[in-house]
Parts: sequence; structure tokens; C-alpha cells
Amino acid sequence: MEETLYREVEEIVEKYKEEKTPLLCVLQGVQERFRYLPRNVLGYIAKKMNIPASTVYGVATFYSFFETAPVGEYVIRVCKSTPCHVQGAFSVLKALKRELGIKEGETTRDGKFTLEVTSCLGVCGVAPAMMINDVTYGNLNDERVREILALYRR
Amino acid sequence: MFYRAHVLVEMTSNSVAFGAAQVKEALEREIERAGLGNEVKVLETGSFGAALPSPFVVVYPENVIYAPLRVQDVRRVVEEHLLKGRVVRELVFTGGREGKPSPFAFPFPLAKETRVVLRNSGFIDPLNIEDYIARDGYMALAKVLTEMTPQEVIETIKKSNLLGRGGAGFPTGLKWEFTSKAEGPEKYVVCNADEGEPGTFKDRLILEGDPHSILEAMAIAGYAVGAQEGYIYVRAEYPQSIRHLEEAIKQAEEYGFLGDGILGSAFAFRVKIRKGAGAYVCGEETALLESIEGKRGEPRVKPPYPPQKGLWGKPTVIDNVETLANIPPIILRGAEWFKNIGTPTCPGTKVFTLTGNVNNLGLIEVPMGITLRELVFEIGGGVRGGRGLKLVQTGGPSGGTMTPDLLDVPMAFDTLPKYNSALGSGALTVIDDTHCIVDVVKSFGEFFLHESCGKCTPCRIGNKRIVEILDRISEGKGTMEHLEELAYLGRHMKMTAFCGLGQAAPNPLLRCLTFFREEFEAHVREKVCPAGVCQMVSSKKQSLRSLL
Repeated sequence: MEETLYREVEEIVEKYKEEKTPLLCVLQGVQERFRYLPRNVLGYIAKKMNIPASTVYGVATFYSFFETAPVGEYVIRVCKSTPCHVQGAFSVLKALKRELGIKEGETTRDGKFTLEVTSCLGVCGVAPAMMINDVTYGNLNDERVREILALYRR
Repeated sequence: MFYRAHVLVEMTSNSVAFGAAQVKEALEREIERAGLGNEVKVLETGSFGAALPSPFVVVYPENVIYAPLRVQDVRRVVEEHLLKGRVVRELVFTGGREGKPSPFAFPFPLAKETRVVLRNSGFIDPLNIEDYIARDGYMALAKVLTEMTPQEVIETIKKSNLLGRGGAGFPTGLKWEFTSKAEGPEKYVVCNADEGEPGTFKDRLILEGDPHSILEAMAIAGYAVGAQEGYIYVRAEYPQSIRHLEEAIKQAEEYGFLGDGILGSAFAFRVKIRKGAGAYVCGEETALLESIEGKRGEPRVKPPYPPQKGLWGKPTVIDNVETLANIPPIILRGAEWFKNIGTPTCPGTKVFTLTGNVNNLGLIEVPMGITLRELVFEIGGGVRGGRGLKLVQTGGPSGGTMTPDLLDVPMAFDTLPKYNSALGSGALTVIDDTHCIVDVVKSFGEFFLHESCGKCTPCRIGNKRIVEILDRISEGKGTMEHLEELAYLGRHMKMTAFCGLGQAAPNPLLRCLTFFREEFEAHVREKVCPAGVCQMVSSKKQSLRSLL
């Protein structure tokens, strides 16, 4: 188990070996594969890439798209920046909390959804907006939130 | 192959969220089923330039718009319109919100619109290089490589007086000149596509709708400054932009516009994409370089500036997406043509994004010098619901706060600083009078608190204190000393913060503290939120309750 995990990580490190300073690319690759960055994997990356483990950990915790703890199958990121805020982002967040029964930063017990708030997603033309993994949803209201969640619950 | 009709499907992050991909599939399926596969072609295209109903579909050559076109209506459109030639009237898009005609509706360009940067968006299939070439794509690169010396290219850009569109407005030509004069065989061109300013999405639409224009401009910059390699740093929130850029790079390499010996010359240039990971501060150019170098995105000490010591310590020119999109037209049509657009001191166009409580949300490209009144009330159709205008935040939280008394100031990089405001990225967040100023300023504060990188104390602690104090004021626990403290904190952050983020963070606060002084004081003295937004734990109310 451990060994196959490390082998996969090594493959990702290998893939970027031609690139200069590819630490972010490697972390993105690993997160795509394992959905988060386990601590032991960060240590392994540090060793393989010959970078101090503290540096790797520092980078992994700096960026908001890197997760250092397990997350749900679907990560919901709700925008709370001003353009969404003045169009009712707060009530969208409230609806999500109510529907999922969790607070921001938490994961549902079935491991399906993680709820996070984030800064501007750059789709202010359809504010308020959120992202579920790679897909953006806009013009949200309570009803649309329920519809969208239903798509993922199936 | 010749097609008698083309069906364009808008494919942006927005429209995909509304099912554009399924509509495109259905169109292709139905066209095939109707036996029109050889006559009608379905194309993906970038944004049509505004927040129009999605999925947005245009049939050429008739120029008929179906929007929003739902999957269940696709068969009718194909059978009636494409097969029998009868326009399906009840599905045709006629106007904007609430039955009023939208100024964003066809035909464009709109009355006030001048398209330089968005010249191709919505007209071409961004995933097909031949569409770009058909609209003079890569002509500027060819002209530069065959007719101009690097020095002449820099002179042209300098003469055009193109100012960097990322927000700071630094002359692009000077940047290029500094980089070209810096010593060393290894240099880099970096495209800043880490558009994180709340309210801004212009770069996303350029990248999604016209990715080749950025690649062409980067190659021109590479030739001018003597660089062989370019990096595009795109934020992680833009997966669609990344997909389009990857495809564009692949095609440009196949066609010989990128790689070794471009167009038979000795010039070689390659472009790579680096993806961000969700950090606003990486839009600061030196923090962006740190991020490409695989480090935490913390800004560097300046000087040395990137043209001297940039990516991996080598001379680097960093330009914003919108800036780069201006380069090919300037090369092709000349500096004089460009200077005729906009104002004498700030030529060219600007892409503005209208967001917040305005009737027509969307983006528009207009000449510099347009007034806020024209943007909000003519193009934007006024404040939604006929409510009053409280303020317009320009250029996102780090830009400027425009109060209604400034509606007639011409919008340009050099005019707004006179009013303690800034053009910034061109984001316009309209806020109506139902909003509470304390709540709005707190939302800006929370943004900076979340996005401060933590390197310097004024920004890390200052933003935290600002939000804490605003929290107290909105709960009705504020004092007059708190207002003084906010002003003190703001002034000191401006003077002492390490980078632009921390220095700009208190801007909206300071401006609103003066302009909306009465509203702040009402919160503090009367323990009342005039807009009725803040949930006051009012001491007055409590004492009243105790009397009852």
C-alpha cells in the first residue's frame, strides 16, 4: 500500500524533472491523484526533490488550493468577495450550511462534500458564485443550490 | 470544406455552468441526424462580451441569437431553422433583463464600444488557430521578425504610450527597454494571468476567447527583449483558460509560430503554463516569480526590479494579459493609430467589468477617459431596482472608492489618483444604498485578512485589527476612539507595508471613513445601523427593554 503510493508520487516527480523548480506542479499533480497532500508524502517529495521538508510544508500550507488534511469527494468553494457579497453570497453560504449540515471548513460525515469559503472566483458577472471541484456555478439562490447539490448527491 | 451555416456556441466557465457543453453535443447530434453534417458546422467560441443568458448560441450568416437555448429546444432549432430555414421566433433572444432591451444585445460593437483587446472574442473558435490566422493572427509576429529590429519594436511600443493594464499603469515600452538593456544571455517573458482582484474577469475572457493573441504578443516581447522562453502564470480558478491555452500552444507549435526558427527566422521562443494554487498576492509580480520558482508567494524586496533580476535571477519582463492583447494591433496598425484612441496621456481602450447591484452585469471595452456615469448609467443600465447609488469600487478592493460626487471624472490611469482613487484592473463594483458602509468595508477587510501573505507585520496584523474593530462597530460596541484607531492603522499600513497589497488594503477604509463619516458615527454614537444591515447588540435597545 505505502509502496505503491510512493511509487506513484515518484512518477509524478519524475514527470516534471525537466522543469526548473517544479515544486508547485508536483504538489498539484499529487493532490490531483490523492485529493490532498498527506504529511508523509510531503516528506517523501522533499527527499526526492532535495528540498528541505520545512520548505515543502511551508509551500503546501501557503496556497489555499492545497489541502493538507483529507477532504470530501467534492470540494465546494463559495466566493465571499464583495461583488458576490453585495448580491447575497451570505444567504448562499447559509443555504449550503443548512443543506449539508456542516460549517465552513468541515466535511460531511459520508465524505462526499467539503465546504470552504474563498476569495473571488472571477465570475462576478453571474454573482453569487461557487466552484465545485473544477466546475463553476453562478446566479445562485437557495433553490439553485438545492438543484446543484442534488446533481452531486446521485 | 465550405459550410453554408455556422452555429456558434459560447463556451466559457459561465456558460458551461449553464449546460453549454450539453447543448453543443445536442446540436451536433441533431445536425447529424438531419443529414446536415456537411452543410452546417458547430463551433465553440469565447465570450460574446457580456453576461448574456446562457447557453448562448448564434447562427451565422443570419446572425440569429438563441439564448438561453435549452437542450430540449435544440431539435426544433435544427429542424425548423437549419433544415427548413424558418427562424424559431419564440426562442430568439431579443433583449436584456426584465424585458428591457440590453445594450449588450447585438449588433455589436455597441454604441460606445471600441474593440482592440476583445477584437476576436466571440468571433472566432478559440480552439482553432486557423480562425485566429484568418483575422490577421500572427501577422504582427511575422512583421516583427521580417521587417523590424528589436529596437524598433520597443520604440513602437514606447511611442504608443501603452500603460500596463494590470493596475499600476507602468509604461510597457519602458519595461521592455529595461529588460532588453539588461545584460545576460538568458531572459524571460512572463504573462501575469493571476487575475485575483474581486470584480475582475477580463483576463479570463481574453484567455478563453482569444488565447493565441497572448502567445503572439509574448513571442513579440521575447524578440524585442531577447528572451527565448515565456511563462504564463494562470490562477487555479480558471481551468477553462488553462485548457484553451494548452491547446493554443500545441497548435502554435505545430504551425511553427512557437518553437525553433519561427517563420524561417533564427528566432526561437517557447511558452509554458504554470498554474497558481489560490493566492491573491501572487498577482504581485515578484510574488508571482517566487511562486513559479516553487516557493511561497511572498513578494521580494524591490529594487532590483524584474527587468534586472526576475525569474531565477534573470532579466524578466512581466506583462498583464490585457496589456499583451494590445501588442499585436499596435505593431500592425502603428503607434499613431493607438494614440488616437482614449486620452492623450492615457491612450487606448480599457476593459471594464460591471459587477454588483447594476442592471446589466458584464464587461465592455471602451476608450480610456469614459466617465463613471456613462459606464454605470448608460452601459450598465443604472442601479438595479431603481435604488440610489452609494459607491462604486473601481479596480477591486485595492483600487479606489468612487462616491457619487465623482461620477463625471474621466476614467484613466492618470486622472483618478487626483481624487485618491485608482483605475486598477478596471473592475467596477456597484453598491446600492441598501448596503451598510461598515459591512461593505468589512467585506474588503476580510478579503485582505484572508489574502495577506503574512510576510510583513503592518499587513498581517493591521488587517486583522481592522476587521476586529469593524466587527465591534457593527455589533454596536464601537467607540469614537475606534474610528480614530482605524484611521491611524490605515495611514500607517499605507506608509509601512512591504508590498502593494498591504499599502493598498486600507484605501477603501480611509476614503469611506471620511466620506461616510456620519454613517460610521451613527453606528458608534447612536448604536444604529442606518441601512439596517448590522445586527446591533444595542445598549440603548437593551436598556429600553429593561425598562419595559
